[in-house]
Amino acid sequence: MNPLEIDASLNPESPTNPALDPHTHPEHTHDDAGNRLFGFIVFLLSESVIFLSFFAGYIVYKTTALDWLPPGVTGLAVREPAINTVVLVSSSFVIYIAERFLHAKNLWGFRVFWLLTMAMGSYFLYGQAVEWRGLPFGCTDGLFGGTFYLLTGFHGLHVLTGILLQGMMLLRSFIPGNYDRGEFGVVATSLFWHFVDVIWIILFVLIYLWQ
Amino acid sequence: MTNLSVDELAQIEQPLPGAPNNWQRFFSFSTDHKVIGIQYLVTSFFFFLIGGIFAMIIRGELITPEADLLDRSVYNAMFTMHGTIMLFLWTFPSLVGLSNYLVPLMIGAKDMAFPRLNAVAFWMVPVFGVILMASFWVPGGPSQSGWWAYPPVSLQNPTGHLINGQVLWLVAVAISGVSSIMGAVNFITTIARMRAPGMTWFRMPVFVWTVFAAQMIQLFGLPALTAGAVMLLLDLTVGTSFFDPAKGGDPVLFQHFFWFYSHPAVYVIILPIFGIFSEIFPVYARKPLFGYKVVAISSLVITGLSGIVWVHHMFASGTPGWMRMLFMATTMLISVPTGIKVFAWVATIWGGKLRLNTPMLFALGGLVMFVFSGVTGIMLAAVPVDIHVNNTYFVVGHFHYVIYGAVVMGLYAAFYHWFPKMTGRMYSEGLGKLHFVLTLIGTNLNFFPMHPLGLQGMPRRVASYDPEFAFWNVIASLGAFLLGMSTLPFILNMIGSWVQGETASKNPWRAIGLEWLVSSPPTVENFEELPIVISEPYGYGKTEPLVANPDRLEVAHESP
Ligand code: HEM
Ligand SMILES: [Cu+2]
Repeated sequence: MNPLEIDASLNPESPTNPALDPHTHPEHTHDDAGNRLFGFIVFLLSESVIFLSFFAGYIVYKTTALDWLPPGVTGLAVREPAINTVVLVSSSFVIYIAERFLHAKNLWGFRVFWLLTMAMGSYFLYGQAVEWRGLPFGCTDGLFGGTFYLLTGFHGLHVLTGILLQGMMLLRSFIPGNYDRGEFGVVATSLFWHFVDVIWIILFVLIYLWQ
Repeated sequence: MTNLSVDELAQIEQPLPGAPNNWQRFFSFSTDHKVIGIQYLVTSFFFFLIGGIFAMIIRGELITPEADLLDRSVYNAMFTMHGTIMLFLWTFPSLVGLSNYLVPLMIGAKDMAFPRLNAVAFWMVPVFGVILMASFWVPGGPSQSGWWAYPPVSLQNPTGHLINGQVLWLVAVAISGVSSIMGAVNFITTIARMRAPGMTWFRMPVFVWTVFAAQMIQLFGLPALTAGAVMLLLDLTVGTSFFDPAKGGDPVLFQHFFWFYSHPAVYVIILPIFGIFSEIFPVYARKPLFGYKVVAISSLVITGLSGIVWVHHMFASGTPGWMRMLFMATTMLISVPTGIKVFAWVATIWGGKLRLNTPMLFALGGLVMFVFSGVTGIMLAAVPVDIHVNNTYFVVGHFHYVIYGAVVMGLYAAFYHWFPKMTGRMYSEGLGKLHFVLTLIGTNLNFFPMHPLGLQGMPRRVASYDPEFAFWNVIASLGAFLLGMSTLPFILNMIGSWVQGETASKNPWRAIGLEWLVSSPPTVENFEELPIVISEPYGYGKTEPLVANPDRLEVAHESP
């Protein structure tokens, strides 16, 4: 056979050629919503490394610093932050219910629970603001002050972002038919919210429980 | 149509799609990955020239032992800006540009997964560049703490102003980080989800593999640098004390954040260069890539290992002995997958019918330089050697062999190789070869002397030195000026050939790969009908065709 010729068994037009069967390549879809969700998860992985770095810094400082707590400070009150934690973590379940309602095409159910999530998130932020105002140290007071405000502040910024995203999705639910062709925004927002929650749990353990 | 070989398919002539004379689109907010790719390439090359001018100013200072040309603070600013520009505004963005241009074409996609995000990520690069350059006009001038910005040096603020060179530097680097993370999300999604039918992971060209691996590093490494940069910025502006030893902070922690990213960052740069080598050698040797699968996988192995070697930059930072040994071992381990790649390229070239066109010359030159730098790299990984030559010119020599010898040469190889695809025109071989010869001589003249200088103990980052070091320094400086000149034939070639070069067919190198099946330059949509891939890449000398539907890939042409 002329080496320049193609082996007939490889005839690409042959109906048995697997390459011609569209079902064998699920990877090729112009599934934009799927891409966006995939991309969003990839992004969250990256975000988590920032938090991990801050956590690592906190652990290093806490275990090696000569003067850890600022003078006059003996520790943090745990009760209020614990209540805050419960509220934030339960909001993860609430947002899940909201999502289920949307899935079942029950728009009002979605809105009610979605709004409840936003309220719980806002309560968390409010609680944190109250805590910050009552603290006897600032972010320039040694390593503890710095890392404390860095971690809680950076996390708080994420909570705020989450609430803003939720507000947007809520408004969008009033556009007729907006969620008929997929709910990428809602799914992503809720993912983000779970992410923010998980981060908080680690943070709570590190800062409040490990004193 | 079926009875055509790969080579013959490649030769099907196509009329040039009358390259439209709308250069304006390169200045617009385009979402076409090909336009964005070229925007990246041109922008970053512009910064390469600026960084190069700074390099020549540095070498101008070092041509005599005295600090007679520049103020010492200006000298510090020069090497800081040189390093920063070369890394963040030249090598990273140019490779992102190349990847942007090639990846969708190579995997048979019509565009990146997120075209608008892509454009936004690009436009952050000039913003970053402008902020960085603006630091020449703020009180105190640009940052003087080197591209690694170690505290406590980077925490000094001699001017007392809130807006100073160091703050601008940090803001600029943070912007580049955000842009790169956006890019990483985009590339990873595109490669994972937008491949043409039949393009399985093991039918992907190695270049795509390396881009994927490199972008994973960006995704997981950059946030650590960002975290460190945010903390440093807070120390500088708000007055926290994370890294300030005077206030109980820990400057070595910054080094950990920094190198946790910045060591893997060298693989962000070098991996796509490995990809370029892997694309170019088979074409010009007319042989399949030796050990394709192993070469592909080794990219991911390098990515994984690169995350656990960073402490080799900190052997001299009071690192405990066990840590030194551990990181010495992991560092040496990386030479295994890297060595496998080198072996595969040599085996590919071996006994091939080499065509010594300019891309091949640059790729061969880059490979040789890379091997040399690998030797000095292993020396540096050995703790006793590193403790001896740390912060001397030996290190500077080592990394410039990597970065100029392998990376810049690899980039040049890619520019020439894909020039016909991007522009629809051929470049001039004569000018290309002249460019190659000047670059090869210049690189070695410039950077070889740095090795003996370092072994003799000349420290880096100094504006003046002991006269006994003068001999090698003069040679290095002459080499630097030669390197500066070497870019002239390149610029001339690129601009001249783009305007009036010979028109190129869609596959002038008779190469295998989806990008060579579409017209030069490709139409906006890349593929009218998506290719159905049915074989491995690099089937040189084999008989399977690459795609099942080549005849349907005849793209529609706009008339001139
Ligand atoms: C014309 C070619 C070049 C010349 C003559 C040159 C020369 C130099 C010199 C003399 C230094 C100062 C070393 C020191 O004092 O520690 C330096 C530093 C550096 N160069 Fe280059 N270089 C060139 C190209 C490049 C390229 C292409 C890159 C990267 C893509 C690069 C990256 C760096 C980096 C990262 C530093 C370290 C800066 C610092 O210490 O903060 N250089 N170069
Ligand atoms: Cu390293």
